[in-house]
Amino acid sequence: MRYYAFFVAGWLLLIGCLGIVRSRNLVHAVAALSVCQSGTYVLLLAVGFQWKAVAPVFGNTLPTNTPVVDPVVQAMTLTDVVVGATVTALLLAMAVQIAKRQRTVDPDELSALEG
Amino acid sequence: MSQAVVAASLTFVLLMGTAVALSNAPERQAVTLSVLGLGLTVLFLALQAPDVALSQLGVGSAVLPLMVMLAVRKVRSIR
Amino acid sequence: MTRRARFSLFLAGASCFAVLLVLAVLGLPGFGTTRHQYRDHAVAAAIGHGTANVVSAVNFDQRGIDTLGEESILLGSVVGAAALLRPARREQDHAPAGGGSVLEATRLAGYVVLAVTLLLGIDLIAHGHLTPGGGFQGGVVLATGLHLLYVAGRYPALARLRPLASFEVGEGLGAAAFAGLGVAGMAVAGSFLANVLPSGSFGDLLSAGSVPLLNVAVGVEVACGTVILLAKFLEQAITITGP
Repeated sequence: MRYYAFFVAGWLLLIGCLGIVRSRNLVHAVAALSVCQSGTYVLLLAVGFQWKAVAPVFGNTLPTNTPVVDPVVQAMTLTDVVVGATVTALLLAMAVQIAKRQRTVDPDELSALEG
Repeated sequence: MSQAVVAASLTFVLLMGTAVALSNAPERQAVTLSVLGLGLTVLFLALQAPDVALSQLGVGSAVLPLMVMLAVRKVRSIR
Repeated sequence: MTRRARFSLFLAGASCFAVLLVLAVLGLPGFGTTRHQYRDHAVAAAIGHGTANVVSAVNFDQRGIDTLGEESILLGSVVGAAALLRPARREQDHAPAGGGSVLEATRLAGYVVLAVTLLLGIDLIAHGHLTPGGGFQGGVVLATGLHLLYVAGRYPALARLRPLASFEVGEGLGAAAFAGLGVAGMAVAGSFLANVLPSGSFGDLLSAGSVPLLNVAVGVEVACGTVILLAKFLEQAITITGP
């Protein structure tokens, strides 16, 4: 359990890269890229976790000296999730545009640079 | 108890991530991507991160699979 | 490069990366450790400014400049995707076929859940400094909630309620408001994005200084940006036909 979360994060990163390398369709490659991104989210949150600590939101009922998990990594991951989705949208738009121009989305057939 | 929840959600995310990356058809990937988003939401809740779970739920279960499916449909209608 | 060569190159690179990752993880304090120096400083600073949600305080108060960078990435991606998905000269943009058959139960459920979702999105943005939530989450909920109109079966209704020009202006205004609040902080306190409004008392709606205002700016920008993205993809798939 001490290393399982980091192992899952590393596995997600590598299996996403494997999906991109094996891919025969650009849209499939973009979805595999978002698996890679999920691996980094798991890594960040695993670094900040503490057993028996609570979420870093203090209300009127939670005394301010209760141990909480690390809020800095949560702040990083939170913005990353939303912005990563819009960058994935940009990549999907590029894939659609490639399909319109080259009539194929197979990466093996898209090897020529066009002017 | 919380150890079991964290371990179970980590294993679920591991399996779903492998399924998304190794599947062959992008239209099937849209559904598995949505389930991966749900699994990540549960994992983030188990790791005491409700803010991150909220954004992952909104983005990964609705916006991202919808865009993938629309892109697949458009690419297929072109070829 | 053939597929086999690419695959073996990937295996070589991935195994080196895995070895380095294992060495790095062995040096970490371990999963679930009690040693978090950043957490101690961040929580103390957030409570000093009267913010109950420490993650919002880190995003908009302590590391506001990083959030400005992130929302600029969002603005740029939306502009880029909208530019790429413009209809080309050879393509035709025909009117969407209205109607189709949707179950009455789906239609009713869609309208009811639409109202609830829009309220939930506004609540997430407004209370972002008190409870889990904030501009990013509330903006995404608002944008997806609007598309429940499409699930309830009426693409023309969605297209009418979604004048794209206003949403593009809204996105720009949200990004400009964030930068404007930063400049206001510089004018009053001497540093960009300084928290200059009164901190209020812990847990009130009007507390945490300028964090609620920054939440609203980011919420408007994320909602408008996501609506524009989904609109462009829906247009490409539904109304634009090829040459």
